[in-house]
Amino acid sequence: MAGIESGHNLLNEGTTPLTSGVSIRGLSKSFGSVEAVSGVNLDIPQGEFFSMLGPSGSGKTTVLRMIAGFEAASAGSIFLNGQDVTDQAPFDREVNTVFQDYALFPHMSIQENVEFGLRAKKISKEERAAKATEAIEQVKLGHLSDRLPHQLSGGQRQRIALARALVLRPKLLLLDEPLGALDKQLREEMQVELKTIQRESKITFIFVTHDQEEAMRMSDRIAVFNAGKIEQVGTPEEVYERPATSFVAGFLGSSNIIDANSASGLIGMQEMVNIRPERIKLVASSETLGSDEQGVQATIKDTAFLGANTLFILDVNGITMIATRVNEELPGETKGFVVGDRVLAKWKKSHVTSIPK
Amino acid sequence: MLRFSKLSKAGMIAIIALILAFMYIPLFILMLNSFNEAQVSSWPIQSYSLKWWETASELEAIRNALLNSVIVALGAMVVASILGTLTAFALSRFDFFGKTTVNLLVVLPIALPGVVTGVAFSNTYSNFLTPAGFQIGYFGMIVAHATFCIVMVFNNVFARLKRMNPNLQEASMDLGQGVWGTFRLVTFPQFRAAFGAGALLAFALSFDEVVVTIFTAPPGVDTVPLWILKEMARPTQASVVNVVATVIIILSLIPVYVSQRLSRAADDGK
Repeated sequence: MAGIESGHNLLNEGTTPLTSGVSIRGLSKSFGSVEAVSGVNLDIPQGEFFSMLGPSGSGKTTVLRMIAGFEAASAGSIFLNGQDVTDQAPFDREVNTVFQDYALFPHMSIQENVEFGLRAKKISKEERAAKATEAIEQVKLGHLSDRLPHQLSGGQRQRIALARALVLRPKLLLLDEPLGALDKQLREEMQVELKTIQRESKITFIFVTHDQEEAMRMSDRIAVFNAGKIEQVGTPEEVYERPATSFVAGFLGSSNIIDANSASGLIGMQEMVNIRPERIKLVASSETLGSDEQGVQATIKDTAFLGANTLFILDVNGITMIATRVNEELPGETKGFVVGDRVLAKWKKSHVTSIPK
Repeated sequence: MLRFSKLSKAGMIAIIALILAFMYIPLFILMLNSFNEAQVSSWPIQSYSLKWWETASELEAIRNALLNSVIVALGAMVVASILGTLTAFALSRFDFFGKTTVNLLVVLPIALPGVVTGVAFSNTYSNFLTPAGFQIGYFGMIVAHATFCIVMVFNNVFARLKRMNPNLQEASMDLGQGVWGTFRLVTFPQFRAAFGAGALLAFALSFDEVVVTIFTAPPGVDTVPLWILKEMARPTQASVVNVVATVIIILSLIPVYVSQRLSRAADDGK
């Protein structure tokens, strides 16, 4: 998997760009006095499913738009297959985009929409029609090729937007929150489908999303964006289990981030740490700890039944922590803890991760 | 939906009928009078004939006036379409210093009294351009008409561009179309209907303009409205005017109908 050596991939300015894939060096973008993206460096090898994850306004979409060529970079460079494309117009870049709102041409039929890019490439009418038909068949919408976009459902438009980009066989496909407008079931279906298409076509996917679950489910590697900067790049396991910053720890999954002061009082560690809620076990307060374990006495402030899990909100000497327990049994089959119980919250020492900053 | 009682519904229908009657009965009488055999329009009509239609069809002056009107209206329409569309693009796509002022200045001529516009242009032509050696002639009418026709195109195209999804142009470029191809295949089809509706309104506005035309028409050149105005001063020929007016009413139904269809198409986002 391409993500294994990710630690070395966040290269600095001046290092050689990848000859096969996307490289970004010192990329910045300002809108007036607002710096939307500042000093982004990335290397994305050919064939990777790469996600840019972050809250809205974190700069991920701006980076995507600069790679597509819709926004001019204020500083820095973008390389495609080793070639500097920073100043190229979008129509000169061999990059295609799937837009969040799909941006299908409303006055053209589905067939014409999919043929659009082939038309620009001056491909003959017959070949164009054949390729477009094939691409529409591929997304299983062959029966709709004469319709206009507004006659299609959201999910169908999504597939057509994908077909319109993929029919050009780009080396790189940019996807700007393409599943954001779909309902949950359809979104999960499309996640599987996108992943399959990506694996079979070996096209590099750069996927922008604010949904951490979606990013972890699909990506080879994830870049976590915050306030115009990349906080961390790594495989889903890396960013989840070894978050480089408290922002990453908090953005991916639930977490109990304990600052250095409280940590020294609670567990004798002089640094900021994180303990994932699912790694915390609740036992009777009279139990003792194993040699590889740590624990704190806690009071249960609240509980919530979440279906697969039960959530416990704990009070630990004034600090609030959360713990989750997988509901392996039906409610009531075992006696669970209730609000007000004193418990021992414990975890393995190795499950505590220190957070550099 | 609001629900009304039968009585209030009947009341509203009566009001609408009254308003429409006020608007259209005079036109209807005029049209009937074009078939009146008498010299002078009168009511009730004693006998009907096509006499005045024959007279009108043989009058050279009418044909000339009609030709002049069409040329001026077409010229004003073309100028207004180009300038109105360009202004709409500038004001809908870019932010620049003085944007609201430009917007105001473009819309203002439609609100200015025609007599002011007319005097202003007449003065400019006769006191400034002619002494400087420019023979403005026929073209002066076109320019003067275009000043208030621009608004028609501008308003229509501007409203459409505002609602257009900017991603469409990016998608087109992303798929490899250059600037011109993107305009031809994606952008223009998006505002084509609004553009057509605006251009037709501009044509209609110029065609029946009287006041500005009086001030800017070169000597001896009559447009249809000017010709009618002059004929009205000679009541013996009044019935010919009825014929011409009837023809214009019928002809003006066409652009209004087409422009309404186009506006509806524009609203559907086609």
